[in-house]
Amino acid sequence: MLIASNKYRALNIYAPDMESKSPLPYISHGVSAGFPSPAQDFMETKIDLNRELSKNPLSTFYIRVSGNSMIDAGINNADILVVDRSMEPSNGKIAVCLVDGEFTVKRLVTDTDCLYLMPENKAYTPIKITENNQFVVWGIVTYVIKKVA
Amino acid sequence: MYALIDCNNFYVSCERAFQPKYQDRPVVVLSNNDGCIISRSEEAKAMGVPMAAPEFKVRDLLREHNVKVFSSNYPLYGDLSERVMKIMELFTPNVEVYSIDEAFLDFNGITIENHNNYGQQIRETVAKWIGLPICVGFAPTKTLSKAAKRIAKKFQDKTGGVYVIDTDEKRIKALKWLKIEDVWGIGYRTVKKLKAKKVNTALDFTEPHLEAWIRKEMGVTGLRIKYELEGKPAIGDGQVPEVRRSIATTRTFPKQISDFDLLRERITTFAMVTAEKLRKQQSCCHTIIVTLVADKHKLNNPKYYYSRAALLPFASQSGITISNAAVTLLKSMLAETESVIFKKAGVIVTDLIPENTRQFNLFIDENPRHMALMKAMDNINTKMGDRILRLASQAKKTWDMKQEMLSPRYTTNFNEILQINVDSKQ
Repeated sequence: MLIASNKYRALNIYAPDMESKSPLPYISHGVSAGFPSPAQDFMETKIDLNRELSKNPLSTFYIRVSGNSMIDAGINNADILVVDRSMEPSNGKIAVCLVDGEFTVKRLVTDTDCLYLMPENKAYTPIKITENNQFVVWGIVTYVIKKVA
Repeated sequence: MYALIDCNNFYVSCERAFQPKYQDRPVVVLSNNDGCIISRSEEAKAMGVPMAAPEFKVRDLLREHNVKVFSSNYPLYGDLSERVMKIMELFTPNVEVYSIDEAFLDFNGITIENHNNYGQQIRETVAKWIGLPICVGFAPTKTLSKAAKRIAKKFQDKTGGVYVIDTDEKRIKALKWLKIEDVWGIGYRTVKKLKAKKVNTALDFTEPHLEAWIRKEMGVTGLRIKYELEGKPAIGDGQVPEVRRSIATTRTFPKQISDFDLLRERITTFAMVTAEKLRKQQSCCHTIIVTLVADKHKLNNPKYYYSRAALLPFASQSGITISNAAVTLLKSMLAETESVIFKKAGVIVTDLIPENTRQFNLFIDENPRHMALMKAMDNINTKMGDRILRLASQAKKTWDMKQEMLSPRYTTNFNEILQINVDSKQ
């Protein structure tokens, strides 16, 4: 269904994405192996990670990171970030930022008259953003995907 | 009201969205095979890089000004285009995609308090969500919305990228400004005739005394343009895009080819790709044309362009049928040509009909299993990418395209997503 509106605020109503092709069956009460599945009749719905991890597929991008400055936030080298560009930046969010034309990922911390980009690793120092910097929040990090096996 | 949205320097902007360091630098994008310039940033336009120029002709200029050159990355452009169009659907249910970077939005029946603000909201959403700059033109007709967009883009500093033609005064002012050759739908030849009649602007075109001439020379299409410019909608839904009448896949070879097996491989591949395009737009073809271009400078024989057509006994969209016909054509051509070295070849299909109106031939018909096979092939190739299923007579790699300055497929291939060093700027 399409939603039209005159009000900009109404933009947080999203058209559903029906194109995802990676559903997994969700069985609410577990299945035991080795027996013709009695659960067949209880299949409810399907979990679709695309849908769960991207609230707004139109503005969502995946980014692979390198580096160690965010390891205390659970972001390690080679992890994949799910980044939503439509989300508003705010204090405490982890953001993909453009500082003087260069990408970085840091936690946003606002102060009275300036903004700090905080690393999550004691070995790194915060970056103070002033009027002299060219600064853009490119997108907000919503999930971190890690490979563990 | 209608709105036309248009992405500014679309291909260049797509590249910049993921490589922001080129935001203020001159950038161009080259066509398939790195042949011609097909998109230029404003900086590149300002330094006199002409549109559609072959790359080798402007190479020195590009180098001298340190212009960043990209090969075309259609998977990326296609994905971002789709996102832009879907964002438009949040603003009106009636979106008519006109090209990869343009769409008409129909707001008839929808009340908008302030068109300018609304246009700005559309712009801001696209800029924030996917990082692309667009311009928006509002007007009571499609043709006028094209003109409004032109004004929005041309005077971006003043308009902020949005222009609304909502009074007759503004309409007249726009028509006075709009050159006749820039009116949407008026072709090059007609412009010449109109200029001979001292019609230089869109406003001149709407002069009442011209109506009879327009009717005689341009028919109903010309009258429609006239009404649209006068603010009376005459181009309705779906009347805009023309269904393609032929589909071609042609390439210049990176190295000239004289070997028959190599030529046959290329022709088979072009035929397969063409058949895929046919299926994508749900058409079948009746006629197949194969073209070969020899290097005219290396020939004593002045004839260097060869082409031959075959009529199929039935309309087809099967890659097997089409490539068989194309290879048969190739063989018969080679038997009669004196040239042996070719630098370019192509497969063109024409005589297109919609697939659901295909008539079956009583005596000779296509093997019905082709259809299922092609469907399976398309499904697998869409899923796996890189045209992984192909005919045995095709080479392993479908494209030996020259793409020396290709950016990653950031949004369509998981192995090529944007990489960021989180430690930078410490």
